[in-house]
This record gives sequence, C-alpha cells and structure tokens, in this order.
Amino acid sequence: MNDAAHNHQITIALAGNPNAGKTTLFNSLTGLKQKVANYPGVTVERKEGPWSVGDKTSKLVDLPGLYSLDATSLDEQIASEIIQGEYTGVSKPDAIVAVVDATNLERNLYLVTQILECGIPLVIALTMVDVFEKQKHEIDIEMLSVLLKTPIVAVNVKTGRGTKDLAAKVNEVLFTQPKSPLIFDSSGDEDEANGRIFARYNFISNAVQESVWHSDQSQHRFSEKIDRVLTHKFFGLVILVGILLLVFQTIFSWSSLPMDLLEQGFGAAAVFVRTQMPPGILTDLVADGIIAGVGGVVVFLPQILLLFLFISILEDSGYMARAAFLLDKLMSRVGLHGKAFLPLFSSFACAIPGIMATRTIENRRDRFATIMIAPFMSCSARLPVYTLMIAAFFAGQTVLGFISVGAILMLAMYTLGILVAVAAAFVLKRTLLKAPPPPFLMELPPYRVPNLRTVFQNMLTRAWLFLKRAGTVILAISIILWSLMYFPRSEQPSAGSEAGTTMTGAINAGDGRQTAENEPPPESEQLKNSYAGKLGHAIEPVISPLGFDWKIGVALIASFAAREVLVSTLSIIYNVGKDENEESETLIAAVRDAKKDDGKPAWTPLTALTLMVFFVLAMQCMSTLAIVRRETNSWRWPIFMMAYMTVLAYVAAFATYQGGKLLGFE
Amino acid sequence: MGHYQRSLGLETQKRLTNMTLTNLPAGQDARVTAITGKNAVTRRLMEMGVIPGVSVQMVKTGPFGDPIEIRVRGYSLAMRKNEADSIEVSV
Repeated sequence: MNDAAHNHQITIALAGNPNAGKTTLFNSLTGLKQKVANYPGVTVERKEGPWSVGDKTSKLVDLPGLYSLDATSLDEQIASEIIQGEYTGVSKPDAIVAVVDATNLERNLYLVTQILECGIPLVIALTMVDVFEKQKHEIDIEMLSVLLKTPIVAVNVKTGRGTKDLAAKVNEVLFTQPKSPLIFDSSGDEDEANGRIFARYNFISNAVQESVWHSDQSQHRFSEKIDRVLTHKFFGLVILVGILLLVFQTIFSWSSLPMDLLEQGFGAAAVFVRTQMPPGILTDLVADGIIAGVGGVVVFLPQILLLFLFISILEDSGYMARAAFLLDKLMSRVGLHGKAFLPLFSSFACAIPGIMATRTIENRRDRFATIMIAPFMSCSARLPVYTLMIAAFFAGQTVLGFISVGAILMLAMYTLGILVAVAAAFVLKRTLLKAPPPPFLMELPPYRVPNLRTVFQNMLTRAWLFLKRAGTVILAISIILWSLMYFPRSEQPSAGSEAGTTMTGAINAGDGRQTAENEPPPESEQLKNSYAGKLGHAIEPVISPLGFDWKIGVALIASFAAREVLVSTLSIIYNVGKDENEESETLIAAVRDAKKDDGKPAWTPLTALTLMVFFVLAMQCMSTLAIVRRETNSWRWPIFMMAYMTVLAYVAAFATYQGGKLLGFE
Repeated sequence: MGHYQRSLGLETQKRLTNMTLTNLPAGQDARVTAITGKNAVTRRLMEMGVIPGVSVQMVKTGPFGDPIEIRVRGYSLAMRKNEADSIEVSV
C-alpha cells in the first residue's frame, strides 16, 4: 500500500466552467497548503495542493476554467491539454473532478460529455444546489447520475459540506477499470464537428429532462433586476465610471499611510545597517543597493494589495463581466477586446499584474496589442515624479480660483497616457497586429456576494507573484545601478565615509542641511565621476533639446530601471541626501535652485512639464519588460516596446519643450 | 401554405423565414432554427449551447447598440451583433 503511494502520487484535476465555484472548492479542499506557481513559459497560474483521498494524499490541480476541450484561449488550451494528458511536465490526471454548477446545468455538462469521451475516471461535484432549490427548481441527483453514467456528489463550496463524500467517491473510481469512453457521433447529414456538438447536447437534454424540474421560468431573477440599472445604456456607463473612480481614489488614499510606514521602515533599516556594519563597499551595497532596491518594490505593496482586493471583489461578484459588456463597443472601435478593460485598469496601479491579466483574451494578436499599450496607463511609480514636479513648480496655483493647477496637470498626464494608448492600439491593430475584429462571446454570471476567503486568497497569491517577479528584477537592476553610481570611487578624505554616515544620520534627524553646506559633499562629486555621471554627460547633447542637462540625464538613466528612482537620484545629485522623497521640502527647494553648468536654472516650469510628459510615455521599468518577454515568449516584443515607447516619449517631450519655448514659456 | 408561398417573391420569402437574433426586440422569446457561418466563433457559440431547437430570449443591447445579451439554457450570454446575425430564429 505504501509502495504504491511512494511510487506514484495520485494526480486529480479539478475541471469546470469559469464561475462554477471551482476555485472556492479547491481552496476548501486544500486550504492554505496550496502552492501557486506558473506553467513553464507562460504566466498562467498553476495551482496545486494536497488532498486526502481514501488513505492516500493526492495532488489536486486546479485547472483554469474552460467551456470546452476545444480551446479558444491560452488558459483553456492549457487546461484542455492537461486533462487529456498532453501537457509536458504535468502528469495525466488519474481522475477528474468536474465542477458543475446546478444553476447552469446543461452548459456545464457539455465539458463533462467531452471528458467522458476521454475515458478518464470522473466524478461530478455538483455546486450551488442550494441556490438552485431556492429558485423553486428540483433536481433528482440519483437519476441524473444514472443517466449520465457518472457519479455525482453534491457539495456546498461555501460550507464545505459534501467534500468528505466527494473524496470517498473519488477514491472509489480511482482504480476501477477505465470505462470505455462514450462516443458522440454526428447523425450523418451535418458537418461532422457540428454533429458531435448536437449529439452531446442531445445526450445532456435527455438526461436533464428526466431528472430536473424547472419552476416557472418567467419570474424575474434578482440579477436581472440589478442589471436593469447596471447595464443600462446610459446609467450603466455612468455607474461604471463612478465605481472605477471610487476604486482608484480608495486605493490611493488607503495606501498612503502604509506606504509612508514602509518607507520609514526601510529608511530605518538602512540607517541601522550603516551604523552596525563597518564602513565600506559591502555596507554601502547592502544599505544603498539592496535595501533601497527591495524597499523600492515593497513600498508599492499596499497599492498592489488593494488593487487586487478590489479586482477580486469585482470579479467574484460578477460585475467585471458587466463592465466588459458596457465597454466592448468603445474598445472594439480601437481594435481591442472588451476583456482588455480589466488588464488596462489594473495597469493604473502597476502594469505587471495588468499584463499578467491579459491571459483571458483569446486572440493572440489582441492580447499582444493590449500588452503593448498597458504601460501607457500611468502607473503608481510615476506618481512620485509627477508629485515632485508639481510641488516644485506648480504648487499653490489655481485656475478659476479654486481648481488647483496641480490636479489639472495630474489629470492631464493620465489622460495623455490613455489617449496615446488608444492611438497606439488603433495603429498596431491596423499594421503589425492586424487581425479580424475580435469576437465577443462572454457569459454574464449571476451576481453573487463575493466569497471573502476566495477574495483574500486570490489577493495574496497574485500579490506574492508580483513581488517575486518585480522584486527579483528590480533588485538586480538596483544593484547594477548602484554600481554605476558607485564606481569608480573618487578620491575621498579618509573621514569621508564617516562624514557620509554622519551626514545621513544628521539628515534623518532633521538638521542635515547645515552639516552638508559646511563640508564638500562627497556624494555629488562621487556621482559626477562615476560611470553613471559619465553616461549622463554622454547623453547630454541628445537630451538638451528637451531642456535637460547632464545631471537630469543621470537621473533619467537611473529611472529607466524603475521610474520612482528618479526622485532618489535627484536627491543624490543635488546633495540633499539619499533618503529624501518627493515631499521633502529640501529636495523641492534644491530642484528649484538647481543650476546648469553655465549658471542658468536647470529647471523651469516648462522643463518640469516636459519631464512629466516624458515619463507618461517612456518605458522605464525593467520588470515590465521582463513580464512582456514571458508573456509573449520572445525578445522581439519587449525590444519593440522599449523602442517605440522611447521614441514616442522623446518626440512628445521634444514637442512640449520646443513648442513651449516658441509660445514664450521659457 | 404552399399556395401562399407561390404568390410571394423569393426575396420576401427569405426575409420572412431568415429572421436572426438581431431582429428580436428586447424581451422576445424565440427558438433557434439554424446557425449559419462556419468559423471558430460559431463553433464556440454552439458549444455554449446555442444550437438549433433551443429556446432563447433576447434581453437587451448595450450602449451604442453592441453587444447584446440573451438568455439561453438558463444563463446569460453576451455577444456582438455580428455573432448574433449568424443565429437564425423563429418566434
């Protein structure tokens, strides 16, 4: 008995339509012991966990939802191949648990008929029976099971009732003789493939007719009543915009406190390291390279978590489908799919989860088009840059007496991103990614109260994936960047390192400005002579038509790894110290007072505006490029993305600066 | 019936019998008579349960006239007018 268990771990696959309760069931069967990773080469989630069946512990695999083994999207393809044992790296399942939604019986059973054709041991887990019966319908599970020639166990995915029976039934079918697969044939005079489809539904209808009694169908369902408003031709859209703005606003306001706390925490960690470790390269690497690098990613975690939380809630409740329904026409005018809405909306917090979410878009070209424009949605990493520029040059100004110029500029930057994205999608879909207009066929699931446990688990797993992905790349880039700014070491007085420590410590204590002015600050000299500084000088001729000098150039180079790095780099360049952020008074003042090598001010309001425009459009995130490479499975697309976005950013910044000068705004 | 048919032109006959989902007003029940078209969407449409003989109900259209929502086999399905045009129905 034990030998068998050691030699071959039982693999059980959980298959079913989207929205059938599959994931909730998976969570309740495996609890917190589930492992989430990715299928090789793609970012489709691979979820597995232990499930005791009989006296063995099986490996339960939660497959992506699918409607048919004849896949139309990447998700479905993987699920289909795994079911049929054709996915390399995943062993063919020893049994399948098909999750069938009782309120949606016939369509859910279609997949079941296809699995029956494969001849794999199968047990149906019938969910939502309580909901079904509440609608005054009746179902004779025994009879249905006989007619379908498949065991059925009713389970309540919320309470977990029935899961033990399910395990027992699965154990029963596991080592029985593989049944001869059912065959569904066309009746002759039709197209063969179509004929098979009709034959399957014929089988289903017969079985359902004998075992299910529907009450009067014409009573209005609750969902339909809600939908009268939510998918109303006019109010539906208004409500959608309202909800989006609300979610947006909440994410930003709720995350500011945790973000501040995290920033302080990392700042404290850096100080701790500098005071505890002997001064030298290793200390600097750990404090400025590693802690700063990791901190730079983790600080966005509150926003990412909140974004995923709201997305999970909206998805689970069924509202997301309505949003796609409402926006589809608009998006298809540009050549995009209604389902592209969710990835693009997510990209406002961070393009990485947004791009990962494109896997639900069936057509490869539509998916790629969405991926290519996702980074134009101004992500949260751009916010520190916008904030700094606005605080330094547009603070306190109002239009019409009460609307702050800063708010208008923020809105303008977001809008610019959206407009360019729309234009880019339009062009891409007509040229490189030309494809027939994407078909739109989507289920509108009934509204449900989101299952909190599923929502939270969803949020945590996605956030963890983000952290792993972004974290590793940003960490690596931060170290590289740190080296570029650190080497070669310029000549420093032997007390230099201590002065550095003291200065930083003093700045943290709040009176750093005085100390910094009395000694030649080693930081900016170091930066000037470093490789990064040399690079800044090298690109100066290219960026001066945009109004930038070499110091800004260094910051630009640094920010190509991660946008928010601009702020910390400017702090170093202007001798304000490494730990300042975009709200620091000293940094703001330093930016205003900064001078070019020829004595003229380095920054004007126009320069600030130009920089913001550049940041809206430029590809400045290595992690995003890494994700794009994974999603598109080639280097061509990330390289293309980098190229076309940089060109667009340059041209737009050029137009802004030169145009502004012509209009006399210098 | 035969007598009446002979007195109508061919085009009119076609129009009377080839009504599609897009011709249905909101709230109208109908029965699917045929699925025209042979692309991947048509196949998926049928796999989702929209096959000849099934009863459907037209629910509503989205803003700007597209997409449309129908009820079929107990659930709500949204599709573009394009797809809906390949579903022939009779009331």
